[in-house]
Amino acid sequence: MSRHVVAPVSEFPPGTRRCVVLEGRRIALFNVGGRYFGLLDRCPHQGGPLSEGVLTGLVEAGAPGDYSFSRPGEILRCPWHGWEFDLATGESRFDPRRHRTRAFRVSAKPAEELRAETVPVRVEEDYVVVET
Amino acid sequence: MTALPPGAIDCDLHPAPPSVSALLPYLEPHWADAAGHRGLHELETIAWPPNAPLSCRPDWRDGAARPGSDPARLIGDAVDGFGTRYAILNCLYGAPMLYSEDMAAGFARALNDWLRAEWLDRDPRLRASILVPSHAPELAAEEIERAAADRRFVQVLLPVMGETPPGRRVNWPIYAAAERLGLPVAFHAGSAYRHPPTPVGWPSYLAEDYAAQATAFQAALTSLIAEGVFQNFPELTVVFAESGVAWLPAHLWRLTKYWRGLRMEIPWVDRSPEEIVRERVRFTIQPFDAPEEPDAVARLLDHLGSDDMLLFATDYPHWQFDGMGALPEGLPETLVQRIAVDNPLRTYPRLGEGEP
Amino acid sequence: MTTEVLERPSGESAAEAALRIADCDIHPSPKLLEREIYPFLEKRWQRHMERYGARPRQPFLNGPAYPKGQPDAARRDAYPPAGGRPGSDLAFMREQHLDPNNVGFGVLNPLKSGQGLQNLDFADAYCRAINDWQIAFWTREEPRLKASIVIPYEDAAASVREIERCAGEEDYVQVFMLNRTAEPMGQRRYWPIYDAAAAAGLPLAVHAFGFGGAPITGSGWPSYYIEDMTGHAQSSQAVLTSMIFEGVFDRLPGLRMVLIESGFAWLPALCWRLDRVWMRMRDELHRCTRRPSEIVREQVFLTTQPMEEPGRPRQLVECIDWIGWDRLLFATDYPHWDFDQPDRVLPSWVDVEKRRAFFTDNALRVYGRQMP
Ligand code: FES
Repeated sequence: MSRHVVAPVSEFPPGTRRCVVLEGRRIALFNVGGRYFGLLDRCPHQGGPLSEGVLTGLVEAGAPGDYSFSRPGEILRCPWHGWEFDLATGESRFDPRRHRTRAFRVSAKPAEELRAETVPVRVEEDYVVVET
Repeated sequence: MTALPPGAIDCDLHPAPPSVSALLPYLEPHWADAAGHRGLHELETIAWPPNAPLSCRPDWRDGAARPGSDPARLIGDAVDGFGTRYAILNCLYGAPMLYSEDMAAGFARALNDWLRAEWLDRDPRLRASILVPSHAPELAAEEIERAAADRRFVQVLLPVMGETPPGRRVNWPIYAAAERLGLPVAFHAGSAYRHPPTPVGWPSYLAEDYAAQATAFQAALTSLIAEGVFQNFPELTVVFAESGVAWLPAHLWRLTKYWRGLRMEIPWVDRSPEEIVRERVRFTIQPFDAPEEPDAVARLLDHLGSDDMLLFATDYPHWQFDGMGALPEGLPETLVQRIAVDNPLRTYPRLGEGEP
Repeated sequence: MTTEVLERPSGESAAEAALRIADCDIHPSPKLLEREIYPFLEKRWQRHMERYGARPRQPFLNGPAYPKGQPDAARRDAYPPAGGRPGSDLAFMREQHLDPNNVGFGVLNPLKSGQGLQNLDFADAYCRAINDWQIAFWTREEPRLKASIVIPYEDAAASVREIERCAGEEDYVQVFMLNRTAEPMGQRRYWPIYDAAAAAGLPLAVHAFGFGGAPITGSGWPSYYIEDMTGHAQSSQAVLTSMIFEGVFDRLPGLRMVLIESGFAWLPALCWRLDRVWMRMRDELHRCTRRPSEIVREQVFLTTQPMEEPGRPRQLVECIDWIGWDRLLFATDYPHWDFDQPDRVLPSWVDVEKRRAFFTDNALRVYGRQMP
């Protein structure tokens, strides 16, 4: 596992997203209400750029017509054909086991923890870190 | 010729719709009176003009008589002829095409009673489907309850093209009654002609109308799945009778593809349409719109992806095949056993009860 | 450790494909009606548009009664950075689609074009404007793109006039209809259109959608967008059946028909069925003198998108084997959401000859063009 500093927390506010290339792979990063998520930016279907997808919630129904909406902002719909992915796991909604994209751990870390790595960090900041 | 195993079950045969006068003894007084004083014509659908080639195989014709009008003939040609243990009669009578809900219900009741007396009582191998006023679901449910008391009625019969798409909730009382009584619901080729039978308007030809039945089944399947009928009625089995079958794989590929992207529109559909169909929908095998070559048939069966879905049927007296070739050539023996015996028995629980 | 923040992913993978492809279904949109369409529309029709709107045979002035799965039915990454609707910015279309996907020949199929409007005079005027707009704003600017002659098909006489007006212009490559017409398309009220297309040597393109007024299923109107979308395949089957049984292809043996955006996997089963029905009731179908499958093999083509997706891709290839590799014209449907990405649609083991036919040669043959 390696860790990659992406940005100072202050530059990656809630409600924003960005795309980074780490070790040759493009990864889509999201800050949803202060929680960070990362997905491989390539839809397992036809390769659509997930970083351009819309964030929505989980629509379910126990019975026909009985719509419920939960987990707002945590489901990503691919910008092309609309497959839904769980931001936390990368699993598709329609077939979580067989169709999924890779999810990465993304978190905010204090600069001290990152000292050991060869990135210029300032002590007074926390940083968003992706683990690959 | 693919031979039938012993105990084969014919899941789609058509006794000719009765004339109004034949039905009179079974009509309630008001309807019997109305039939006379209003000068009711025979309720014979434009889908099956009796002299049209498709309506009857030449060697099954009986002079000028309506195809399938003589029980002895049907039993001889089809039941004895193919050696079937049970034969399920689907009478394509026009009662559901009447616009009046009450009149449609009245004539459907009479038809079911007529079927019982004139057909089912005649031979222990005969079974039948319950005709219902399909555009009046509450009345239809009542008739299902009433007719189902005779256990020789083994399913509910609906035209594939009704007044509303079959999945719509307004139709659910029919499915609720059928599920409760352990009866599959069969959608049969045909229309109540509330709407043009093609999705792009009224056609010119009977041939076009008949060709369009396959597209109607596609739309019906989409509707039943999208509206959540299979979720809401977990014990219900749906039979597609005289659908042509060969359209199914391509349609499921398309529907499943769209479901993956539009699942959120119909979130109660929590399994792939392909899975739902393989578990819950059955298809009678005549007509089988497949090419002649056995390897193409094998490929098509592979695309269907399940041995559980097909039901043997002759579609008597409709002219779908010649001679005894009711099953496509080159089917493996195990599959023939499934299609002719196992799948029908599993689809129709009442057939397993033996003689009532 | 390298960290690079990117604005927008580029389509590098597709550009590597050596094959220059034809895309037979691209949907252009005007940026602003006032700026792009009105210059070609008479003043009275501009006023009509402002006062009464377009009014097709459906409930809403703007947008369909089956709301789409995503806005404008578009890929979400297809909104031009400079603003405007997806498909309205040629520079961005080049950058996002034509260049990276190596499109050498693209056919424009305008959808909001006046087709299927209730007011036939307005439909006629609007179609003419859309035709002029395609040339002025698109094909003159980009030689890879070709235009469609959109016609007010519920008015055959006006349609013929428009075909004749446009046919001399090289940049039009087909006559364009939508498949949900007021009556099945083989019926004789539409025949003058086919005569004119055949006389002009142009293929007749029939695209999914439209507002014929009839319910889109034989049981009435379904509830959901997914039913509308899967229903396009049924509409195309009905259209093809009507064209064949009414004898349109027998009348016009030189006519070629291209069915657009209904997928194609339904075709073999339809042909098997039509052959059987035709054999059984030939005497009723007196105008149709050839076996339906034979007519299809000679005069009918289909664009590929949205490609059906069986769990086993081999089965789709088997299905194309049944249809014939010379019948299908690749199309993406850019910028719409059910877009097909060219480098992902065929399994890698399909040989190069078949790929060439599928992605390029069939289209160039049907449209009688070379790669520009
Ligand atoms: S590419 Fe993502 S859903 Fe198709």
